[in-house]
Formats: sequence, C-alpha cells, structure tokens
Amino acid sequence: MSAHAEAHAIDHHDDHGHHHKETFMTKYIFSQDHKMISKQYLITGLLMGFIGIAMSILFRMQLAWPEEPFTIFEILLGKWAEGGVMDPSVYLALVTIHGTIMVFFVLTAGLSGTFSNLLIPLQIGARDMASGFLNMISYWLFFLSSVIMVMSLFVEAGPASAGWTIYPPLSALPQAIPGSGAGMTLWLVSMAVFIASSLLGSLNYIVTVLNLRTKGMSMTRLPLTIWAFFITAIIGVVSFPVLLSAALMLIMDRSFGTSFFLSDIYIAGEVLHNQGGSPVLFEHLFWFLGHPEVYIVLLPALGITSEVIATNSRKPIFGYRAMVASILAIAFLSTIVWGHHMFISGMNPFLGSVFTFTTLLIAIPSAVKAFNYITTLWKGNLQLNPAMLFSIALVSTFITGGLTGIILGDSALDINVHDTYFVVAHFHLVMGISALYGLFAGVYHWFPKMFQSRMMNKNLGYVHFWITAVGAYGVFFPMHFIGMAGLPRRYYTNTNFPYFDDLADVNVVITIFAIITSIGQLVFLYNFIHSMFYGKKGPKNPWKSNTLEWTAEIKHIHGNWDGPIPHVYRWPYDYSKLNKDDSDYVIPGQDFVPQTVPLQENEDELDH
Amino acid sequence: MTAFLVVLVIILFGVAVWQMSKIFQMSRAKQTDSSEIASDKDNNVQGWLMLSFVLFIYALCIYSFWAWGDVLLPQSASEHGVEIDQLWLISMVIIFIVGIITQWLLHYFAFKYRGRATQRATFYADNDKLEFIWTIIPVIVLAGLIIYGLFTWTDIMNIDTDDDPLVVELYAYQFDWRARYGGADNTLGEANVRLIEGVNQLGVDASDPNAQDDVIVNELHLPVGRKVIFKMRSQDVLHSAYMPHFRAQMNCVPGMITQFAFTPTVTTEEMRMDEEVVAKVEKINKIRRENTVALLAKGEEGLEPYEFDYMLLCNKICGNNHYNMQMKIIVETEEEYNAWMAEQSTLAQALKQ
Repeated sequence: MSAHAEAHAIDHHDDHGHHHKETFMTKYIFSQDHKMISKQYLITGLLMGFIGIAMSILFRMQLAWPEEPFTIFEILLGKWAEGGVMDPSVYLALVTIHGTIMVFFVLTAGLSGTFSNLLIPLQIGARDMASGFLNMISYWLFFLSSVIMVMSLFVEAGPASAGWTIYPPLSALPQAIPGSGAGMTLWLVSMAVFIASSLLGSLNYIVTVLNLRTKGMSMTRLPLTIWAFFITAIIGVVSFPVLLSAALMLIMDRSFGTSFFLSDIYIAGEVLHNQGGSPVLFEHLFWFLGHPEVYIVLLPALGITSEVIATNSRKPIFGYRAMVASILAIAFLSTIVWGHHMFISGMNPFLGSVFTFTTLLIAIPSAVKAFNYITTLWKGNLQLNPAMLFSIALVSTFITGGLTGIILGDSALDINVHDTYFVVAHFHLVMGISALYGLFAGVYHWFPKMFQSRMMNKNLGYVHFWITAVGAYGVFFPMHFIGMAGLPRRYYTNTNFPYFDDLADVNVVITIFAIITSIGQLVFLYNFIHSMFYGKKGPKNPWKSNTLEWTAEIKHIHGNWDGPIPHVYRWPYDYSKLNKDDSDYVIPGQDFVPQTVPLQENEDELDH
Repeated sequence: MTAFLVVLVIILFGVAVWQMSKIFQMSRAKQTDSSEIASDKDNNVQGWLMLSFVLFIYALCIYSFWAWGDVLLPQSASEHGVEIDQLWLISMVIIFIVGIITQWLLHYFAFKYRGRATQRATFYADNDKLEFIWTIIPVIVLAGLIIYGLFTWTDIMNIDTDDDPLVVELYAYQFDWRARYGGADNTLGEANVRLIEGVNQLGVDASDPNAQDDVIVNELHLPVGRKVIFKMRSQDVLHSAYMPHFRAQMNCVPGMITQFAFTPTVTTEEMRMDEEVVAKVEKINKIRRENTVALLAKGEEGLEPYEFDYMLLCNKICGNNHYNMQMKIIVETEEEYNAWMAEQSTLAQALKQ
C-alpha cells in the first residue's frame, strides 16, 4: 500500500461521521457495536433471569406446602408432576438449573456482560471495543450456551440435577440420578461454550481498558466502574479456564472411561472399573473458579454502585484510592480462598486453617468498601433516584450477607452450618441479591444511555424497589434461622424428620415473601419494555454526571462521538467542588465538573 | 399458626403496597415537572422510607428471634461443641453490633442528607486517618476471631488415639447409613466395595482377622463420655454425615476414608429432659396434633407423636431420596451400651448364617 493510500485509510478511520449502510442483520443481530451487544446481553440475561426466578418459585412452593398438588406444577412440569405433585427428581433439577442460570447466565453474563460492554468504551473515551468482531462472537457464544441450557430442560430423563456445583460421582453416573444422563452432557457442553464466550469477552475488556483510553484518561482517573470491570475480567481469565479443565475431565470420566474423579464405586448392583480418582480434586478445581466467580458477580455490581452513589450523592466517592486498592485486594484474595467451601470435604485439616486465614482477610477490604460507601453518603445532597435506592440497598445486603460470611469462613463454625439453609441465606444476600441490586441500579441509571435518552418511569421504579427490598429481607432473613436449626439444603421435603416440623411455618413465610417479590419484578419488566418505546425523553446528561458516556451522542452512532473523541483533564468525581474562595462551585451554578473540563483558574488542583 | 402467619404477612404486604400506591399517587398529582428524575418531593418521601426501612430491618430481626428463636439447636451434646457454641456466640455478638450500627448509619444518612435544591454537598474526597482507623479495627477484630477459630478448629480436627477411643465406621450409600463397630478388638477390618457380595453389604474383607468380630448395625449407639472416632466411607456418591446436635459433620467420599471425632456428653435420656428440648418437642407435637386433625378429616392416617432422638442426616446432595437418608443415634451409659453390643451378632456370625 502506498503512503498516500495509508494516510487516506487513517483519515477515513478517524472520520466517523461517515457511515456504512447498515442492514437489519448487521444492526440488530450480528452487530459489532458495543452498545447493541450490551443490549443483547441485557435482554438475554433478563430472559434467563425470568426462567431462573420462575423455577425458584416452583421449588419454594414445594418447600412450603410439601407434596401438595398444584395445577401450575402439572402445567409446567408435565410428567414430573403427575396429578400436580412435584417429583423429587424434578425438585433437584429445578434447584440445579436455578443456581446455574442465576449465577452464570444472569449475574455473570447479564450483569458484567451488559455493563462492561456498554460502559468500557463510553467511559474511557473509545470508539468501540478493541475487537468488535470478537465481541460479537462472545455474545453469540453466550446466546448459544443459553439455548443449549434451555434445551437441556426438555430431554427425556430431565436436566442436570446434581446441584449447580455438579460434584461427581453424582454428576458422572446416570445410574446415580437420572439427570446425570443427557441432561448433564448438555449442561457441560453449555458451560464449555459459556466459558469460551466469557474468555473472549474478558480478553476484549482487558485489552480495551489498557489500550484504548482517551488522552488524559490515566488509570487513576478511571471511573470505579471501569476498575471493577477491568479487574473482574482479569479474575475471569485466571479462573474460568480451570472450570473448563474440570468440565473436560468430567466429560472424559463420563464418556471415555477415565478416572479423574471416580474411584471405588459400587452402584446399581455392580462395581465400576474406575480406580484412583478423587471427587475432592473436582471440588478443588470447581471452587478455584467457583469462589472467584462470587467476585466476578459482585465486583461489577460494586463498581456500578460506586458510580451511582457518587453521582447521586453529589459528592466524590470517598477514598477513591482505597476503593481501587480494595478491588485489587479482593481480586487477589478471591483466588486463594476457594478451600472454605471444602472445610469438611475430607481435605487435610491444615488446609482448612490456611483457608480460614485467607478467607477472613477478605473481610478487611470488603469492610473498607462498606465504610467508604457510608461516608460517601455523609453530608451529601442525595438524589434518591431508583438507581440510588438500589445502590444503597446493595450496601445494606452486602453488609448483612458479608457479616454472616465471617461465621461461614471460620472453619470451626462452618462444621455445623455447612450445607444448611444458613449458607443459602448468606450467599443469596451477599452475592445474589446484592448483584441483582447492582444490575437494577445499572439498568435504571444507564437506561437513557441505552435507549436514546428514554428514561424509565421513576414511580414504577420506586414501587419495584420497595417490593424488592422488603421482599428480599423477608425471604432471606428468616432463612438463617432454619439453617441454625440444622436444616440441610436441597431437601425435597422435610416431613421425614419430625424434628423439623416446627420449621414449616418459617418456610411458608419465606415462600410467600418470595412469591410477592417475584411478582414485583413484573413491575420492572413492564417498566423496562414500556420505557424502551414510550419512555419520556430526558436531557442528554440526566443525572448530571461527570463521566464521558454522557458527552457521547444521544443517537447511537458507530464510534460514539460525532466529532473527535473527548480529552480528559480530571478524575470523574468532582461533584460539589468549590472554587478557591469557597464562594461557589468551580463552575458557577453547576455542582459538577465533567471530566472533559480543563482545570479552572479559580480551583485548587487536587491529587487526581 | 401457619394460617395466622400467612395472613399477617399478606396484611403487612397489603399495607406496604397501599402506602406505596399512595405515594405513587401523591407524587403524580402534585408534581410540577413531569421528568423521570427525582424531585425534592421524591427525595423527601424516599428519604423517610429509607428511615422506615432500617426500622423494618430491626423489627424483622426482633420478630424473627421472638417467633423462631425456639427452633434453634439445643445445647451441644458433645465436648467440642461447647467450644463451637462459644465461638459462635462471640462471632454473633460482633456481627450484630457491627450490623446494627452500619445499617443504621447507612439508612440514617440516606434519610438525613436527602436532596434539597438549596442544599450543598460537602466535597470530601479523602481522609487517610479515618480510612486507616476503619482498616485497622477490622484487622484487629478479625485477627482475634481467626486465632480463636484456628485454635478451636485444630483442637477438633486433631484426632489422636491417646485415650482409647471407640472406632466406628459410618458407611453411606444411596440412600441409607450403616455403622460398623470394631468389635472386641476395637479395630475395623479392611474393606473395599469390590468385596461387596450377598450379606457382606459393606465389602468387608472376610479373611482379615480384624474383621471377624466387626459388628454392623443400622442404629448408632454411643457410650456417653467416651471419645468416638468416626471413619467415613461411601459406596457410590458423595454423602455428608451431619450430626447437628453434636456439632459434627464430615463428607463421605468414595475412594477415600475421612474421619471426625467427638465425645458425646449428654445421653439421649438426659437430652429429652433438657428444658429447651422439652419445649421444642411439645411445640412439634402440638403441630403434629393439628396436622393429624386435618389428615383425619381427609381420611388419611394421622401422625405419630414425636419423641426426641439424636439423628444423623445426609447433608450432601446424593440423589432423588437425599431428603430421607437418616439414622437414629442413641447416646447411653456405658452399661447400656455394653448390653446392647452384646446382643449384636459379629460379622463372622452373620456371614456363616
């Protein structure tokens, strides 16, 4: 290529006012634009979430009214609910798929996928992801894995039902449980595809954050959202491959007669040939991803919360550097605490001591984050938009759920509550509900960015929030009690233990709260769909935010900014900053200074 | 009771929804600008609701303790369990103090600093001293908990055979338990699933001299005050031997022998007399009587009255009947235990039959 042509090509590249003709296919289906891909992630994630939550209602009904016939069971479960009474095997299937869908498909792909895609290019001032093509592939692999997972619900012997942790030998032997036949195969295939999708996405996020930041956007000027997404992607790249290797070995044990995880098994009247493997090895491999996964789910939610709380408090986030440091500390520690899921797995008790130590250490950066959020609210001017309410509630559930983590992380205390409902209550609050709140906060906050300035109805948002906030505590607070009473999780019914008869009341209360809360989500669903088409158009920067995404064009164009990409002169948290003589804000009459505004004459330069 | 609770929850929720719709109407009728951004009025309403929310959390907490405080496990029936309960209590106290304070601050600030057009937020970005303080306080508290926890854990898991412990194998399979005692020599014979045949359900090596006097039962009897070492084995998939009253749990892993040890300190008879247990059993029997009335009305069989017994449950998902994989545990005096043991037939006898 001649020098002239090369120069022309560069010119052309910078000239983003010029557009290629887009067909329906390239715009909505095989889009390479990060904004469209983020919407695809969100809508797929929400659809999966709908399935996952519906499943939880079904098994909660069984737990509250064990072995009662319900017409809805017969309609939805067909042959697994003859006469409307749920079958034990489908109960386990529902529990398993609920966990899988919520953890991976909703909270990993739906949360991190959506907002990493939307915000990374927009908030760092990039025209798109480093590779739009890989980004597209990443979404479509995710879509494919979702389709496979949903398909697995319809196989003859039922979907995977060995719990979302799929511990072998149960998950390896169809003789042990019917769901470990074709259903389990599809589960593993789906997860393998999902991991490929996640890795492509993560690598893209990392490269984009490192290489495509606009002029002036140093790492210490990144919004905390981007820090969270960036570190999340790194944890994903470090840990997801280990799950893939575990899945591959499990596939080989299942189909090719290897003995990675199987040894000395007598089942269905015969001895299996497998010798020398260890299920504990699988547990190690699984939780080497499984625990970082908690933070893959949680960190993006915390990142979103940081941004939403700062913007709506009209105050800088308190202790920016400490927040970044705690994200880094959490990320590092998250990879060396997996053993706290295995205190009583039969591994060497000495390892239990080590993992107790690292696990309780992780409470320190978490505590710093919680305190910093609270201090950010202090002396703010809080704009209590729905996104802000969800962010505050996230801090609340993060504290409540995190505190019980101190108990479960302590190996000695874990002995008696391991695998009871105490654990279920703990992780639902700290990662499930908290991350969902992060998702909701993100959707309410960035909805105008996703849908050309259309905004979600705030009153419906408030109704949605209060039903969810009251309901979530209503479901999970009482659940601690049945856990402390010694009730194991994943029991189809507790009626075989008269000792647990007095817990039936609590289970009814939990289920009623769960049903009401999930019905409350329909308010959100309606609001979301309705606002997409008929939402009121707001101003370009509705929340008066400092970050770059609000300077981008309202209309979605490829390249985000019509003209040159903006330069950055300050950190994103100059809210309510006063001028030198404290007489007014830096920009008179405006309590925020966008990142694109150069240092003003009358302002002190701070260390950002 | 159930019906009452259901009604109560529905009423409370009804009130919540009614209040919500009122707010909804109020904010709609009087709002001057129709934007979807929170106005001062919204901030005011939501700020007050935030304050009520923290009170709701406290109320829920108090109500839960009042209504369900009696469902919790009774006093520990094992020696190490007392230490676990102690550590549990300390951790809980710390958790509650921290939780109550932080939740209050969070929601109170959300209320107190609710936005007003005239209000100016304070630009407050950093305070190293403050951040140092709330890093170092958790460090100290957690260090204490870690050290205490680790000593307790090491104590429990350090299984020595100094004081002539009783050796018992817990054998798990889909979906039941067996217990194997070492017999007169208190030594278990070798076993492997490959040797399972006929009545030799546990695959014990019949040629092993140690195995001859082994005793296999499906009800676990333990003498009070003597340390027991449990050797866990599984025949097929992962199971977990969970004995909540003894604060004991260990997974049973195919291909591996795992172990756990404890000393039972309270006999079944004594536990049945325990105040908390008496109250709990009474409550359970009241519920069972109520349910029996309902069952009889439907023409079904009634429920037996319940008597307290220690139990061993499976606590690791193991298949369709995971929910009903249990074994009764009886803790009794040395004499009662010996008398019971004398009645059991040894493996050698069982195989001969």
